[in-house]
Amino acid sequence: MNVALRAIALYVANPGRIISLSTPDVLIIAIYFVTVLGIGFYLKKFAGSSSEDFFMAGRDMSAWVAGLSFLSANLGALELMGWAAAAYQYGILATHFYWIAAFPAMVFLGLVMMPFYYISNTHSVPGYLQLRYGEATRALSGISFAFMTVLMSGINMYAMALVMKVVLGWNIHFSIWVSSITVAVYVTLGGLYSAIFNEVLQFFLIWLGALVIPVAGMIEAGGWSGLVARINERVQGDYVNLWSTLGHFKDNPMGVHWTGIVFGLGGVIAFGYWTTDFLVVQRAMAAKDLRSAKLAPIIASYFKMIVPAIVILPGLLALGLLSFKLVPESAVRPGLHSYNEVLPLMLARYCGPGLLGLGVTALIAGFMSGMAGNVSAFATVWTYDIYRPYIHKRGTDKHFLLVGRWCTIVGVIVSIGTAYLVTHFKSIMDYMQALVSFFIAPLFGTVILGMLWKRATPKGGFWGLLAGTVSSVGMYTAVVIHPEWLRYVALSSDAKPMAENLYRALWSWIICVLVTIVVSLFTPRKPAAELQGLVYAYTEIPSDDDVPLYKRPIFWAVGVAILFAILQFLFW
Amino acid sequence: MKHHHHQMLSVWLFIGALLLIYGLIILTVSILNYSHPAPVVLANEHLNLWAGVLLTIIGAFYTIRFWPRKRGRD
Repeated sequence: MNVALRAIALYVANPGRIISLSTPDVLIIAIYFVTVLGIGFYLKKFAGSSSEDFFMAGRDMSAWVAGLSFLSANLGALELMGWAAAAYQYGILATHFYWIAAFPAMVFLGLVMMPFYYISNTHSVPGYLQLRYGEATRALSGISFAFMTVLMSGINMYAMALVMKVVLGWNIHFSIWVSSITVAVYVTLGGLYSAIFNEVLQFFLIWLGALVIPVAGMIEAGGWSGLVARINERVQGDYVNLWSTLGHFKDNPMGVHWTGIVFGLGGVIAFGYWTTDFLVVQRAMAAKDLRSAKLAPIIASYFKMIVPAIVILPGLLALGLLSFKLVPESAVRPGLHSYNEVLPLMLARYCGPGLLGLGVTALIAGFMSGMAGNVSAFATVWTYDIYRPYIHKRGTDKHFLLVGRWCTIVGVIVSIGTAYLVTHFKSIMDYMQALVSFFIAPLFGTVILGMLWKRATPKGGFWGLLAGTVSSVGMYTAVVIHPEWLRYVALSSDAKPMAENLYRALWSWIICVLVTIVVSLFTPRKPAAELQGLVYAYTEIPSDDDVPLYKRPIFWAVGVAILFAILQFLFW
Repeated sequence: MKHHHHQMLSVWLFIGALLLIYGLIILTVSILNYSHPAPVVLANEHLNLWAGVLLTIIGAFYTIRFWPRKRGRD
């Protein structure tokens, strides 16, 4: 066994890496792979009886499992490493993406939107749009989502392979094929059950694997005040205050204004992502009853609120403690490290044999879980929202279950293709990330109007979504061709690219909402009978009054709001 | 009638078992290397050892708590 593990370590490794793995580390990684495959084989019998079991995990998950899975689907390693890098680059401002960009939207999803998703008994967000607006809006949303999801899965895979190459010196093809085959096997066998089980497992691995960095870092820095003093000694500008530097674009390292953070990020981007991205919403929809479905995103919001301890804090610790400076990816030369290597560098700084393996396993688990989430969401939307309505209407449940399994395999194969495509055309990665954001903000406008405004019509929904998406693509393209036009999008000549994303989302949402309203006022609405369970005015939301106060979603929502307020005050 | 999902092993059992195995590996390695710890920052604090203890406790708790038990006759 020991010899075999050493052989694996020798095969996949090469010199020039940040981290050197020992035999216990490789053993820990190998056990992880065996476990996730074992879970897939075990869950096969539970996911194989109906398409409802395969795609929606039998709608049998407890609030805790659905909540942790909801968060884990978002907590990929790309996200962890990216935001640790952003914390090094922009300081504590990066925390806004975990606080104001999470809790209000997640609570809103739980309390306001989840009842409609759940009561309508739909299988997906495009499925809801079909019920509310009709086929055209479902087709636009379903096709764009399926396309984006599977491509994002490939980009995640490529990013993982690249990280493993830089950090561990692993062969890029080895990383891509081993992780893809593993994900394909366990999702094809166990469907959403497998994806959710592994996401909850990953949640624990990430926390326990990364927790050593903030604990050891704070000991080394002498607590928060010691860290702040070290950062202020080493860098110019304010890297440790959340709001006090947001009065003007020039006053903070991110180059943003508080209006962009509050309305663009906390308002549109966050609400768009958390309430309409089927990748995360699917997890809450798999809950066993409406109360659990409402609680799932609220439970997740508590954990999201403390994720900065293992993501943002390591970035700040690196800023205050590392004896060398990190540089942007474009400036990396031999002997220099990029911002993106913050997390592995800090792991290597504190972790000995075994613990280092756990940290690397957490990163691998994060990547694979992100890929599994994308692939399972793709299989669901493809089967329910494209294949069944447009290609093969009269299939049996067994047929759609089989299609779902094949979709998973096809999704993984397309992801591998995308990963290799990105290897040759790296700029695609940037464009694809932006492309995904094009659909999120306008989609939120379409869904929220559909749920809350009974007058929104099928034509209004379709043209609003299309106008919002096209305007977002238009603004992005305009700034790529004429970078100086950023000042029109962000309303300031001092704005930086980060501000563009926030304001572009805001404008595209406003355009979507305005077009939906105007078109709706001039086109025929759906009869009230067809809107039962889909629109606030025609839906009776079950009350939570029959359960004790501490079991009600609203109780926990108030709790997380208080926690949010305290954190803003402490780090103002 | 109970759905067949209720006979499914709990996800918490899988988590507990994995963390217990990881805890025991890290604990063993840390004890073996106690007198000559790896050259990392704060090596003298023996963070590996503490992490191994923590993982073992959490893993053992979840494994025992969610270990499938025989059901009595209905």
